[in-house]
Amino acid sequence: MAKQPNKKNQEVETTGHQWDGIEEYNNPLPRWWLWTFYACIVWGIWYVIAYPAWPLVQSATAGYKGWSTRANVAVELAEAEAANAAINAKLETVELTAIAGDPELQGYATSAGNAVFKTWCAQCHGSGAAGAKGYPNLLDNDWLWGGTIEDIHTTIAHGIRNQEDPDARYSQMPAFGEILEPAQIDQVANYVMSMSGEPQDASLVAEGQTVFAENCAACHGEAGAGDIYQGAPNLADAIWLYGGSFDTIKETVTYSRFGVMPPMGGADLSEAEIRAVAIYVHQLGGGE
Amino acid sequence: MADSQPTEPQSLYAAREPVFPKRVYGKFRNLKWVIMIVTLGIYYVTPWIRWDRGAALPDQAVLLDLANRRFFFFWIEIWPHEFYFVAGLLVMAGLGLFLFTSALGRVWCGYACPQTVWTDLFILVERWIEGDRNARLRLHRQKNLDLRKVRLRLTKWITWALIAVATGGAWVFYFTDAPTLLVDLFTLNAHPIAYTTIAVLTGTTFFFGGFAREQICIYACPWPRIQAAMMDEDTLTVGYREWRGEPRKNSEAVKEGAPQGDCIDCMACVNVCPVGIDIRDGQQLECITCALCIDACDDIMAKIGKPRGLIDYMAFTDEVSERAGGKPKPIMKHILRPRTILYTALWSLVGVGLVFALFIRSDIDLTVAPVRNPTYVTLSDGSIRNTYEVRIRNMQHETREFEVTVKGDPAIKVELEGATDGKISVNADEVHLQRVYLVAPAGSEPATEERSDVRIWIEDLTSGERAHKDTVFNGEDD
Repeated sequence: MAKQPNKKNQEVETTGHQWDGIEEYNNPLPRWWLWTFYACIVWGIWYVIAYPAWPLVQSATAGYKGWSTRANVAVELAEAEAANAAINAKLETVELTAIAGDPELQGYATSAGNAVFKTWCAQCHGSGAAGAKGYPNLLDNDWLWGGTIEDIHTTIAHGIRNQEDPDARYSQMPAFGEILEPAQIDQVANYVMSMSGEPQDASLVAEGQTVFAENCAACHGEAGAGDIYQGAPNLADAIWLYGGSFDTIKETVTYSRFGVMPPMGGADLSEAEIRAVAIYVHQLGGGE
Repeated sequence: MADSQPTEPQSLYAAREPVFPKRVYGKFRNLKWVIMIVTLGIYYVTPWIRWDRGAALPDQAVLLDLANRRFFFFWIEIWPHEFYFVAGLLVMAGLGLFLFTSALGRVWCGYACPQTVWTDLFILVERWIEGDRNARLRLHRQKNLDLRKVRLRLTKWITWALIAVATGGAWVFYFTDAPTLLVDLFTLNAHPIAYTTIAVLTGTTFFFGGFAREQICIYACPWPRIQAAMMDEDTLTVGYREWRGEPRKNSEAVKEGAPQGDCIDCMACVNVCPVGIDIRDGQQLECITCALCIDACDDIMAKIGKPRGLIDYMAFTDEVSERAGGKPKPIMKHILRPRTILYTALWSLVGVGLVFALFIRSDIDLTVAPVRNPTYVTLSDGSIRNTYEVRIRNMQHETREFEVTVKGDPAIKVELEGATDGKISVNADEVHLQRVYLVAPAGSEPATEERSDVRIWIEDLTSGERAHKDTVFNGEDD
């Protein structure tokens, strides 16, 4: 401790400030405080030289240590990738159907697939995978091209009706507006609605059935149950890709539909990523 | 004080005046030894106590498992969502400090503060190696650096450094399995953070205990400043019975013939003081109330045949009554007053609350988050499905199986994602996320209503313990 300023019989310097008669001692600071202060200045100068410090027009001074948050993130990403290399390799090589039986692999694929989905699939299918008009809902139990893990994997890898991938799933419904009479289209639309129990004009159903058997049953089946090998939708269930109202069905029959999905394989996603997102989609609630 | 300005302006900065506390014997010194042994013992030994929690969990009795976000304390295990227990303990620690400060002044500083305990230990080492106050003073004043001074200094610093390493070393054992870490530390396999922590704590212990000492208390620690606000006229602090001791021997008054007081100006109280003050100047900011001056003075009073207590624990109210010729209040009367009773009551209230919370806490924790994106899914048969993310936290030390049921419209059925047997298995000490589907058939009331209230129950299939959460089922009408 420094000189005791408050010893008895000793004059003590005060700051001259007074509050209600209480004066403030002018005690000296400990010298080590001064040295700490100088040390901080030295450290500050070193810091400015060592790290990015001075703002310039476009960026900032780099600092001799070359420290950068971007470089740090790149290093961390590389580390994460290296850490996942083994499990990614395993994901690429095991049987698709065996993944579900391996909790570690399934858990990894689900969370990795979630990230891939949010980046590559959510634009059309929605972040919650609920789809939209023309973009299938991936949560339900109805699948145009099949809902097994292999089917989903193929669909993701090669896409649907695209020009880029020769292995893309392909099918095309004719535009029946050029083939059938408008009255026949009305009849068949009413028949289609009757299959799933939607309200329909019962007087047209019988004729509609004939039109259906002649023109539609080849792909959609006699009972309208669809065909996953041709991507022909099930017309007898409660799920409609473009809508189940009379007008929408009539529009579909007249002009047909041609939904396209790009292939995710090749340049965009690695095999491990495709498998991961396939696993993710498969476990959303509709997988078979 | 008069408005006095010395002619020469004093320096803005002053060097530390080294303090060489003398060995002292007495009841307060003995109490401080006991407290030092107990507190250091707790600090060094605790991480080595084992506590069996089964195979899945660490067997260290006290463990702050930061990686898994768990705090183990013997039979208690605190999860992150129970952080209020820690907050409660901190509130209790705060109230405890208020209580002790209002009753006994800076008793924490004087007896239990790590800075005081370790400084005391370092002074003890210093005394063993370099001798007592006078020998240390001589060594300090000796200008030439002969072999003896070098040997003594090096021995002292190396011993301090070893204590400092052990201090920093013991700290890291609280955060991971101690025996494993000890081996890893010596085989250089431990995590860099462990070495860094040890290095930092070694450095601070060595410097704070060996060199900075009272400077930490006076300039670095905020607690002494806060304490002043919690003391009052009944607080027991260390004081000097000026009315009994003065005029002291060698004073001007005695030289002029005044009758001498009990103080023989032997400087024993000053020589033992670890912060280098003279308690006879009155209560001072620097005083940590370690009570060593009481021991020193009592010893002298016994030798000159005077009653003990020229320097003693006392309160301001005692000073007033003693100056008027009365007696000091009994110690318990100082301690038991509304303020301390209130602090004690608050402290106990928080303590009882925490114990109560500990006993009633459930060891299943259930959260149910309805998936809102989308709110419902239409299935091919027209039924309506809602999805819920159910998290079950199993706070027991064995795997448990749960069954999920729903209470609400009887049409609603439960399905579990992935679980074919309808059971959810949750591993010991884990949080399990299970997607639960509620399905209402096409045309049923919940499928067509906009919202229906449902209650999701889980039941432990072994113990029958149940927990539930209320949520809603969204139908097609929206």
